[in-house]
Amino acid sequence: MTTLTDPPKESFRLSMLIYDTRYRSMTIQCIALICFMLAAAWLINNTLVNLNTLGKPIDFGFFTDPAGYDINQRVLDYNSRDTHLRASLLGLLNTLVVAVLGCITATVLGVIIGVLRLSKNWLVARLMTVYVEMFRNVPVLLWIVLIMAILIETLPSPRRFRGDEPEATMKFFDSMAFTNRGFYFPEPLFTRSLGDINLFGESSLRFAVSIDLLVVTLVLGLSIFAIRKVTKRANAIQEDTGIRPTTWYINLGILVLPIVILMVILGFHLGYPALKGANFQGGTYMRNSLIALWLALSLYTAAFIAEIVRGGILAISKGQTEAAGALGMRPSRIMSLVVLPQAMRVIIPPLISNYLNLTKNSSLAIAVGYMDITGTLMGITLNQTGRELETLLLGMLVYLIISLSISAAMNWYNKRVKLVER
Amino acid sequence: MADPTTNVAFVRTQMLDQKAPPASVIGPVGWARENLFSGWFNTVLTLVSLFLIYKLVFFILGWAITPTWSSGSLSECREILAGIGKTGHFAGACWGVITERWEQLLFGFYPNGSQEGQADLRWRPMLAFILLVVAMAPVLFGDKVPRKMIWFSAAYPFLFPWLLWGGTIWTPLAAMAGFVIGYFAFKFVADRFSQLLGMISGVVVALVWWLVLMGPLVAILGGYNNDANEAVSGLLPIGIESVQSRDFGGFMLSITIGVVAIGCSLPLGILLALGRQSDLLIVKAICVGFIEFIRGVPLITLLFVASTLLNIFLPPGTNFDIILRVLIMVTLFASAYMAEVIRGGLAALPKGQYEGADSLGLDYWQAQRLIIMPQALKISIPGIVSTFIGVFKDTTLVSVIGLLDPLGLSQGIRADANWNGIVWELYGFIAFMFFIFCFGMSRYSMYLERKLKTSH
Repeated sequence: MTTLTDPPKESFRLSMLIYDTRYRSMTIQCIALICFMLAAAWLINNTLVNLNTLGKPIDFGFFTDPAGYDINQRVLDYNSRDTHLRASLLGLLNTLVVAVLGCITATVLGVIIGVLRLSKNWLVARLMTVYVEMFRNVPVLLWIVLIMAILIETLPSPRRFRGDEPEATMKFFDSMAFTNRGFYFPEPLFTRSLGDINLFGESSLRFAVSIDLLVVTLVLGLSIFAIRKVTKRANAIQEDTGIRPTTWYINLGILVLPIVILMVILGFHLGYPALKGANFQGGTYMRNSLIALWLALSLYTAAFIAEIVRGGILAISKGQTEAAGALGMRPSRIMSLVVLPQAMRVIIPPLISNYLNLTKNSSLAIAVGYMDITGTLMGITLNQTGRELETLLLGMLVYLIISLSISAAMNWYNKRVKLVER
Repeated sequence: MADPTTNVAFVRTQMLDQKAPPASVIGPVGWARENLFSGWFNTVLTLVSLFLIYKLVFFILGWAITPTWSSGSLSECREILAGIGKTGHFAGACWGVITERWEQLLFGFYPNGSQEGQADLRWRPMLAFILLVVAMAPVLFGDKVPRKMIWFSAAYPFLFPWLLWGGTIWTPLAAMAGFVIGYFAFKFVADRFSQLLGMISGVVVALVWWLVLMGPLVAILGGYNNDANEAVSGLLPIGIESVQSRDFGGFMLSITIGVVAIGCSLPLGILLALGRQSDLLIVKAICVGFIEFIRGVPLITLLFVASTLLNIFLPPGTNFDIILRVLIMVTLFASAYMAEVIRGGLAALPKGQYEGADSLGLDYWQAQRLIIMPQALKISIPGIVSTFIGVFKDTTLVSVIGLLDPLGLSQGIRADANWNGIVWELYGFIAFMFFIFCFGMSRYSMYLERKLKTSH
């Protein structure tokens, strides 16, 4: 009679590090780690030796030196005596401005085009296909420089607005001017303004927040909160009695009245741009480089978003629509309650990665001279201080942080809407 | 009671033939009614689109059809246009700029025989790109060409830079020899000891060959320029005239960067994707870190690194060609994106495939080579092609760091006194070329997807 016994325990031999799969992975990892550390050490050593020879050890002190250059499109106050740190901060804000503007317009355009591509109208669907293929297959940098060139070559220069019989006139009841240097729009002004809150004093990070803006935001927020309360109550009444009270006029009143009263109290009016000397003064100014970048990025990304939206809607099986129809739902409700929530799950992740691409593509601003973080920190600051290593690494870190936070938001969303399967 | 049938005057005993559908639902009329004029909203949409198309087509035709193909400057072209009664911003296109500069836009400043003592070498890039198609044929249309062709494909990566940059033939041969020597070292050690040791020794031997032995050997065989810049002839100086990197430009440069970046990033991307999927923690961490870092920063910052910083990272005194530096950076960039595409393909494979490979007793690399990769790569084809298109479009970014790709050249042309103020013709031409390449590739990927489809 034989009995099964455990095989005799093998003692550990050195060759098992190579032949035994249990230990081999450890060997591989150790080798990988050693190689990686050697490579890193080699790179760092080279860098230190090279920097020593060049006589510029790593030093971020240049950030407190005056920048000495001008930033032509900015959201905070700045002058050329400010530090490199403030210049970089303004560059970062400029990046964010163009990224946010671009994401909004690209989404709006992309959704419209994507839906129209699915239109039953053959001609419209074909036209939208042409749009998508045209913008997707040509480099975005080409679109940026092309739109910039068009703006410069075709729009009138400010001096052509001058004289009794000007060659060019302002548009929309003399409120906006489109020149080859940029666009001028009316700006909101308050006669009884509440002033600003100055954060961080006089330092490089100083930040003026308009109290008017804060109050307006607060009032709008309160209105929206009240509207949600009203809707909630209407829902409760509907659940109880089956009759939904009409609420739209209450909601409209809550939304409009407080803000109008606030505007009157603050003395809201528009400040129009006007020609003074060789250029326009007053109003909100958008430089042509910002417009070119914004337009090109939006049009280009919209082509990708259109495809995502189309794919998302097509991904919802027809049975869903038909089943909802069989339950007696109206087409608009089928769209908003059945198709869209499911399509969103397909659409949102690639949509966000396209936002990420747009943000990264905004670094192409340097080709048209828009002063974003690439133009300030990694452009002029780099050239003026000669600190390639510090500026480039810091610039990359900034982009990395932006990207990683967008990815984190995407992961959070994915986790939230993930299908919970039985 | 009367028989009910007697009341019926006539009973048909045969079926009637089907009636033809009404003319309004078949043929072009029916198609138009269904697709263009179903309902008032669609009708309005159709009419508006028709109007727009009509306007656009006539505007573009009126602008584009002009007798300005031989004009030598923008002012000359405007005179021609004024002569036929066209003035204003959109009077007509000035095609003279394309006639004058299209060769430059395609080849940059590659030697074209226009200078004294300089041969027309443009046949070399053209031959290189034609051979590229030949080399890709076994990969792209595997079933239609003889299998032996794959040897040419394997040799092509060494032929390509030699044709473009020229120089002695020993450099590509020696580089190729590195792979052969590495392979034999791997075979030798793997047969006697183990696969792992074999791989390590193969890589080490190849690296030693490339970094230490290859340079002197090529110099002895092919000749070199010494410090006083005098050519020292080698033992067997076989070669073709060498071309400087600064002469590269135009679409030739874009295609070169795109092809090299994709060719190198595919294997790198596969390795990175496998690393990211692997159970080995440290390998995985390194791969994830690399991929996320590269994907998190814009390509332009990597190009800045290539142009200003790469020399600082390398041993003192290293100073190599700007195009080579750009190629390294674009390749790294593309490989991170490629890795994510291939990881998607790996993740889409059902788990049964991995388990099936294990149950057949295949080891890791055999399983990858025979079971996993053929399927994963097939799934990832659309992603791979769109990465390729993306990289090809991104090659325009090199104009920002001063390389003369079509966009870089266009800046120079627009700064030229003759062509100052030209926009549409020039950018239209460049955009058209890019469109043809990218659109062609995307159509090819669709064809490939259909061909490789194995589902029912």
